[in-house]
Amino acid sequence: MISRRDFLQVSMAASALVGASGFGNWARLAAQQALTQDQLLEFETFGNISLIHVTDIHGQLKPIFFREPEINLGVGANQGFVPHITGAEFRKAYGIADGSASAYALTHDDFSSLAKAYGRVGGMDRVATVINAIRADRPDALLLDGGDTWHGSYTCYHTAGQDMVNVMNALKPDAMTFHWEFTLGSDRVNEIVEGLPYAALGQNIFDAEWDEPAELFKPYKFFERGGAKIAVIGQAFPYMPIANPNWMFPEYSFGIRDENMQSMVDEVRSEGADVVVVLSHNGFDVDKKMAGKVQGIDVILSGHTHDALPEPVLVGKTHIIASGSNGKFVSRVDLDVRDGQMMGLRHKLIPIFSDVIAPDPAMTALIKEQRAPYAAELAEVIGRTDTLLYRRGNFNGTWDDLICDALISEREADIAMSPGVRWGPSLVPGDDITREDIWNVTSMTYGQAYRTEMTGEFIKVILEDVADNIFNPDPYYQQGGDMVRIGGMGYRIDINRPQGERISDMTLLRTGEAIDPAKSYVVAGWASVNEGTEGPMIWDVVESHVRKLGTVTVNPNNSVNVVGA
Amino acid sequence: MEFTRRETLGLALGAAALTVLPFRANAAVEDAIAEFTGGAEMAEGGITLTAPEIAENGNTVPIEVSAPGATAIMVLATGNPVPGVATFNFGPLAASQAASTRIRLAETQDVVAIARLADGSFAKASATVKVTIGGCGG
Repeated sequence: MISRRDFLQVSMAASALVGASGFGNWARLAAQQALTQDQLLEFETFGNISLIHVTDIHGQLKPIFFREPEINLGVGANQGFVPHITGAEFRKAYGIADGSASAYALTHDDFSSLAKAYGRVGGMDRVATVINAIRADRPDALLLDGGDTWHGSYTCYHTAGQDMVNVMNALKPDAMTFHWEFTLGSDRVNEIVEGLPYAALGQNIFDAEWDEPAELFKPYKFFERGGAKIAVIGQAFPYMPIANPNWMFPEYSFGIRDENMQSMVDEVRSEGADVVVVLSHNGFDVDKKMAGKVQGIDVILSGHTHDALPEPVLVGKTHIIASGSNGKFVSRVDLDVRDGQMMGLRHKLIPIFSDVIAPDPAMTALIKEQRAPYAAELAEVIGRTDTLLYRRGNFNGTWDDLICDALISEREADIAMSPGVRWGPSLVPGDDITREDIWNVTSMTYGQAYRTEMTGEFIKVILEDVADNIFNPDPYYQQGGDMVRIGGMGYRIDINRPQGERISDMTLLRTGEAIDPAKSYVVAGWASVNEGTEGPMIWDVVESHVRKLGTVTVNPNNSVNVVGA
Repeated sequence: MEFTRRETLGLALGAAALTVLPFRANAAVEDAIAEFTGGAEMAEGGITLTAPEIAENGNTVPIEVSAPGATAIMVLATGNPVPGVATFNFGPLAASQAASTRIRLAETQDVVAIARLADGSFAKASATVKVTIGGCGG
């Protein structure tokens, strides 16, 4: 049973704008009763403006399981603060009961059993129902897509993003910003964006050659709603050419460019903006830092790091909203904007329980149409799992353990590396593993599984480099992913040390011997950002491995010894 | 085990070299700064250095310096084998005292910009630019 108490909206009086902390807990009343769609959508319309935020959908059109992380460490000033608390600590912070619907939606514990009770989440036809309901309350609500939309599935790959474009166009967003979209290659991105019936925004999308704002992407757009002038400024993922293959979009440059963000905020204010909203793909900690440096942003709709927070986080006068990933949540944010300023905000993170929210029939039909040409390939059962397969976690997840096993076994390697991405739904024990499931955790435009030799010293350099991209105490130097997953090798990491000193005790698990810096090891991996990487596609490697196994069992992975958490 | 005098000297030099190397690199930076400022104090503020936090390509990193009223701005890449990047001089008719260029950075390091202001005082700004082999984001 899903309890009603978990889904009370949070609202904030104007007084909170001047620094009152604490929004009141999301879950407070204890009325045990079955949850209904009406309760999930229950929202006392507030003020004169509604924003609807979706982000990091990663191509997921259908309902899925998605387990939130157990390990999501914060460093520096962010240690111990949301989103870097998980499990029981997270539930305590928001007053969420163990075993409740909110516990299932927002934390990792008992995931497999709660999944059976509460069912799948997401599905763009359910998302459509929620958006339609909000629009019924407020017909001119703004729908804003934080990006990572045109990536992440079998159909998205085979249609070069067109399935997602068709579905999103039907939802009629007002603006969007970007990240993985660029891995379709700049020709394809340009082609889609040129025909996009809504604004493609990114104040930090620059022309690489001239270091000037890119022509195709506007920094901001004005909307007149509820008698107020809203400026929506876009912020694309700052580190695309570093985290993803630069050669796929060489014409573009990104970066945080907070000085330009400040100029844009000043510009829209001088042009009469009553409220400034940033549609961001920075990642949560970067948004927090940016909110402290750039003056004059009222709301940041935060994406990239896939955090789902039931309450806004306030930095100065800026409210940061984190809306999860993979279609699991929709955020509704109502604003009271009067006399050129935001007087108050009311927010609700709406979990998309697919068994509770009725699908929108028109969207169901549209999704079916996108999938129809591939229905047989998608549905083919490759194997079955006895283990909960999930990805999220700073150091490993069972999906990547399985992928690393596949690389070692299929590519005859000593050591395997799997990128620390945060997308990819979960499967619960007893589930079939279909081809679609494998693509959901591997699909990308640079999925070649390389096989190469690396010295022990070079492997350490890679681990140190990636670790600093996650655990640098300054969020502006973080890229927002997780640690590269390692198969066949254990190591110790002290997350609070500087780069070059975090990684030690590297051990080849097969022999139990210490990794020799001078010796070469055969390493298999995937998702290299280097042009011309050769090898079979990772989804084929995993499919072949799973087919041989028949039933997958992933043993607990204790090969990373984490210090300083 | 016996060491000859020469071996002992060699060991000592080796140990010294290890500790002195970073010092020598800094010394080149310090020398350049001393030459530019004549040893004068440098204020924080009055100069803006804009550089990416993480370089998209360490071989060509765009930077911009701006110091209203400056007569000259010197830019140093403190971690490069040769730290000197450029000194921009502004004449009295210059419309603005700002310049942008691209620099090559050998590794993660601080980029430093120092402005000589019209009154003869100096202002300094620095930014850490990370050069990384890249990872993978969410």
